[in-house]
Amino acid sequence: MEHKLYVNSSPHIKDVAKTSNIMFDVIIALIPATIISIYLYSYMAAIIIGVTVLSSVLFETLYNLLTKQKQTVGDFSAVVTGLLLALTLPPAASSIWLGVVGSLVAIIIVKMIFGGLGQNIFNPAIAARVFLTVAFSSQMTTWLSPGADAISTATPLALASNGIVTSNIDLFLGNIPGCIGETSALALLLGFGWLLIRKVIKLDITLTYLLTVVVFSFIIGADPLFHLLSGGLLLGAIFMATDYSTSPMTRNGKIIFGFGLGIITMSIRVYGNLPEGVSFAILFMNVLVPLIDRYTIPKSFGGVKKKNA
Amino acid sequence: MKQYKYFRGGVKAPHYKNTENVETTVMPIPDLIEIPMLHHIGAPCDPLVKPGDEILVGQKIGDSDKYISAPVHTGVSGKVKKINNVLFPNGETVKSVLIESDKKQELHPSIKPPVINSKKDFIAAIRESGLVGLGGAGFPTHVKLNPPEGIKIEYLLINGAECEPYITSDYRESIENSWNIISGINIIMEYLEIDKVIIGIEDNKPKAVEVLTGIAKTSDKIDIMPLKSKYPQGAEKMLIYSLTGKVVPAGKLPLDVGVIVLNVASVAFIASYIKTGMPLTKKRITIDGGAVKQPANIEVFVGTYIKEAISFAGGFKEVPKKILMGGPMMGVSQFNLDSPILKQNNAILAFNEKQSKMPEQTACIKCGRCVSVCPMNLMPVYFDIFNESGDADQLSKLDVLSCIECGSCSFVCPASRYLVQSIRNGKLLVRARGSK
Ligand code: SF4
Ligand code: SF4
Repeated sequence: MEHKLYVNSSPHIKDVAKTSNIMFDVIIALIPATIISIYLYSYMAAIIIGVTVLSSVLFETLYNLLTKQKQTVGDFSAVVTGLLLALTLPPAASSIWLGVVGSLVAIIIVKMIFGGLGQNIFNPAIAARVFLTVAFSSQMTTWLSPGADAISTATPLALASNGIVTSNIDLFLGNIPGCIGETSALALLLGFGWLLIRKVIKLDITLTYLLTVVVFSFIIGADPLFHLLSGGLLLGAIFMATDYSTSPMTRNGKIIFGFGLGIITMSIRVYGNLPEGVSFAILFMNVLVPLIDRYTIPKSFGGVKKKNA
Repeated sequence: MKQYKYFRGGVKAPHYKNTENVETTVMPIPDLIEIPMLHHIGAPCDPLVKPGDEILVGQKIGDSDKYISAPVHTGVSGKVKKINNVLFPNGETVKSVLIESDKKQELHPSIKPPVINSKKDFIAAIRESGLVGLGGAGFPTHVKLNPPEGIKIEYLLINGAECEPYITSDYRESIENSWNIISGINIIMEYLEIDKVIIGIEDNKPKAVEVLTGIAKTSDKIDIMPLKSKYPQGAEKMLIYSLTGKVVPAGKLPLDVGVIVLNVASVAFIASYIKTGMPLTKKRITIDGGAVKQPANIEVFVGTYIKEAISFAGGFKEVPKKILMGGPMMGVSQFNLDSPILKQNNAILAFNEKQSKMPEQTACIKCGRCVSVCPMNLMPVYFDIFNESGDADQLSKLDVLSCIECGSCSFVCPASRYLVQSIRNGKLLVRARGSK
């Protein structure tokens, strides 16, 4: 009775965590923001989101087919990228093709060429958004006030640089002009709660980032709540800055990362001539992640402090 | 007494303690047993018998003159059939003595209670008993008890934290053999002049906590500390930290910080050896896993074949696809069912097809889960990367040798990376390079 036995290194059991489950949880966490955006901008938002997600998935599938690699779309990470990218586009018709171009940049150039999930240096959605902002600046800044009679207008941050104030309640609920998914803080916080409950992310990065912004605002005498609630900060701090492959791995690293994000975001907002600092801050800090990781390697239990690896 | 400290990291492993209420049954003497010459960490023994020799119960059949080693004895009487070779799962070939039992079980004349007049005698007696760490690692106990010059032993810690899933042999030991545990503790306290003893046991075993609390009440030098049940609570360094707050420095032994850790079964064995002089030839083990018909706790002779132990316990209900010596987190998967049971085995698990297959590896997503669960505060993800690139320098800088191979990192990895496998290989790379 000789049976073939499996022989492998321990451990011989695994808990249920799987990459696709994690990505699925992120998608669930983005559902409130998605619903609100469709409510605010009706079918236009739905079309933009649908097209962007589909093209992200398609590009990843095609890339894998053409380069004869194992198909990876099953891990849902392309859906997450597409969804995040769509939520950072303005709610105008031009965003439909912006979404396709953005997906191409995000999936092919930023993610797959670097080696795919886990290997990319930049957050694909953010990098694509920055690319679009630079290349198609007029289309990327066509803001509409939510509602049936959507009219072209400026975002609260742009207004603020002209001294016009928007109410924080409107900011919280999303009743303000902005990108499709950046507008409702409430929806984003619901998603944050889900990510925390499901242990997809920890508090470290998001909390340090937001706290730094609040403290910075206090110091310069600005309204902290206004800065917290406007300009994609929450979307960035909750969903983009916490992206695994483009953020540090240790706790100390995460705190340094969040702090840097806060400082850069506020510096760009206050001293730069751009009203929007979140995307640039995240891209800039993404570059520093390998360095941060290297200098925050912890001391092993019972070991001596190690110099950089 | 409340838990003193909580170690970082760790995972919530499932319990699967299906056998916790199954009383131990004694397996009858098998016709053939095969006793390997290596059950421990250290040098293998040389056989002291040759084919054709008649041997008696308790007779020493293997020994070594190396310090880190422990002699091997037979639990059955009979005739030596052959000096064989067994292939260990790590690829090592070890000599073994194949014995045909005559079922007479006549005692060898050397078996009498050891005469002990000093600490030295005591440690020598423990060496003669063949005792090795029964919790799984199999480190020779006499080495553990012998402190280097100038070190005073402050604590004796009793490890009852059986944190591996499935295994209940120590739990059954605590309940069925509590009297020997008390006398073992007292004997060690007396001979080694230790006056602080702490029994650590996980709080998910209330019955054992109750029994051991009873033991602790017999002396004001003995305390019991229920521990939060978290894997790997029973790992030596984690246990020491939880019970005393002491941190064993990398590359050192518990003795270096004045601590001795013994497993409940080891302590109970010491008591019975001092009373009878009968060396370590039997072992209580848990038989479980999806492929076995009747999960059980059984007492077997060291050297019994796995397949016979399982068939005594009730046999298979499904085709076994993986055979483990030890628990699922740290156990060793066997090549076949003909491996003999070793002294430090505490469980044999037979898994069915579904339990046996580990998921395919996918790309690491840099989620950091492996980092946050590592009880040794290491960065398993980098071990994987640098093992792949063969970078021994980085592996050594990142302290790969400190890894206790607890498996927590692989257990949680959403990409199912074979981290422990990479780590083992990485350790070989570092050792081959010959630096520390
Ligand atoms: S747990 Fe797995 S996927 Fe996550 S960082 Fe570690 S090795 Fe990579
Ligand atoms: S690196 Fe080693 S000690 Fe850390 S979790 Fe993995 S196996 Fe355990």
